[in-house]
Amino acid sequence: MRIAIIDTSRTRAAIIFEGLRDAALGDLVLIDPGGPMLAQLEAARPEVVLVNLENPSRDVLEDFFAMSRALARPIAMFVDQSDAESTAAAVDAGVSAYIVDGLARQRIKPVLDLAIRRFQAFARLQAELAEAKSALADRQAIDRAKAILMRRRHLDEPAAYALLRSHAMQSNRRIAEIAEAIVTSDALMGDLP
Amino acid sequence: MTLPLFRIGFLPLVDAALPILAKEQGFAASEGVAIDLVRDLTWATVRDRLLYGHTDAAHMVAPLAIATTLGRGRPAVPLAVPFVLGLNGNAVTLSTALAETVGLGDGLADPVRLGERLRAVVATGRRLRFGVVHRYSSHNYMLRYWLAAVGVRPDLDVEIVVTSPPFAADALAAGEVDGICVGEPWNSIAVDRGVGRIALVTAQIWRRGVEKVLAMRADAAAERGEEVAALLRALHRAAAHFVAPDTAEDSAAILSRREYCDAPAATILRAITDRVRLARDGAALHIPDFMFQYREAANFPWRSQAAWLYSQMTRWDGTPFAEEEAKAAEGVFRPDLYRAALAGSSATLPGASSKMEGSIGSATGVGATQGRLILGSDRFFDGRAFDPDEIPAYLRGLD
Repeated sequence: MRIAIIDTSRTRAAIIFEGLRDAALGDLVLIDPGGPMLAQLEAARPEVVLVNLENPSRDVLEDFFAMSRALARPIAMFVDQSDAESTAAAVDAGVSAYIVDGLARQRIKPVLDLAIRRFQAFARLQAELAEAKSALADRQAIDRAKAILMRRRHLDEPAAYALLRSHAMQSNRRIAEIAEAIVTSDALMGDLP
Repeated sequence: MTLPLFRIGFLPLVDAALPILAKEQGFAASEGVAIDLVRDLTWATVRDRLLYGHTDAAHMVAPLAIATTLGRGRPAVPLAVPFVLGLNGNAVTLSTALAETVGLGDGLADPVRLGERLRAVVATGRRLRFGVVHRYSSHNYMLRYWLAAVGVRPDLDVEIVVTSPPFAADALAAGEVDGICVGEPWNSIAVDRGVGRIALVTAQIWRRGVEKVLAMRADAAAERGEEVAALLRALHRAAAHFVAPDTAEDSAAILSRREYCDAPAATILRAITDRVRLARDGAALHIPDFMFQYREAANFPWRSQAAWLYSQMTRWDGTPFAEEEAKAAEGVFRPDLYRAALAGSSATLPGASSKMEGSIGSATGVGATQGRLILGSDRFFDGRAFDPDEIPAYLRGLD
């Protein structure tokens, strides 16, 4: 079974690709989203097309599939022909699948299930990455704020941190927010006394 | 107390104005419902979110609601259209190069004469390519109706491809298409970028052409009867607000926001005020009825409008006319829900639910069960009228 993967995120496409390959679920084609998509699809002649829900080419794809049908070439259908529940799960995860008409439900089901899991894995990865990035930014702001306080108020590091923390507690804000404010005001005020 | 919520899917287009204003101007809240808006970039995604419950209702091209109900291109799911979000509002924009070849003047082109010139261009063996926003869009049918009536054969003389609205101007700029038929602000954005010139507006092809609708799953429309009625009243009030002349700038500012159209307010204002700039260095031109909401019961879902769209669907999909399908297509439009929601309000309610489309030449009074209804011209540019009870005869006459 040949499966084509179209995704605006190359990382996500690669994650799905690897998952399907590891599960030996098909003969896989990764469509280059920057290239001529329809030509690539025509050359690949896939039986299943996996595409992310928010892909801006979905209207174009649907037109292509409809035309293929008119020309009596292999045709694609949205997957819920046989299984509305899997399709709903797929749409929730952010993946849409088009399958060749007549492809048995039991053959598409594992592909779709795996695609959904890989989509969710990618979403978790993104969330963790965003959290890690913001934690790093927080730490940097706090370090810079401490340095500013140490320089301007002649404090040692524990005292600078204690000052930040007590301000945060009094104003009911995060330490990182107080730190950001100090960094910003230092940048604006510069060397003014 | 939390209000019953409608999540409404939409595409960044000026004619998504009514649900946006119903939320932003508080009409929804004062009718006792809440609106959340969910923005997407393609009609396929707007439709799928509606079918799988990510949204409760959607701003949708009317033919897509019918195609989804009939199972064209995908398995069938019955939808209900209780409210028309607007008539007209689209344009045909030609690439600067093609505009020069066919010699567009300062004003809007005459559909027949422009058709003759396009025929001359394709006769030289040049294959033109036009972009429309979806296979099942009013844009596709308006463009094809016009081209076929002036002797340019869609699919043979010209190729019609799909490009989603936010990418239509890019497709023109990249030379992927020679023309686009799309809604605002995307024509005006192509004009401002200097990559295209507006040749026709779709109101010239069909003066009262049905455009976007509010679509819901038919089962949800039935289950949430009272709440749907409240939503329709909010939309109707938003429509009255939208056409009031002193609100145009305000509405343009709201629609221009990043979370809605993400386009300059001045560009959006042109569509709202029917003052459209056809070329980058041209002055804005007043085009009466360019976009049409509220007046003449414009938001009423006439079953005959759905029937006309079905006639074009069979024509261009190459499928035979089927009585049952025609009934199902007409049944997508739900004047009963509209009437039930707006009875007792200031809304005009027509006496009939279906009419001859394209038969009114000048303002004519028609029967109404509530208010007074005077309909303006609803002509097709070629003068044909459409009788929803005689679709096969109509289709034979078009060939």
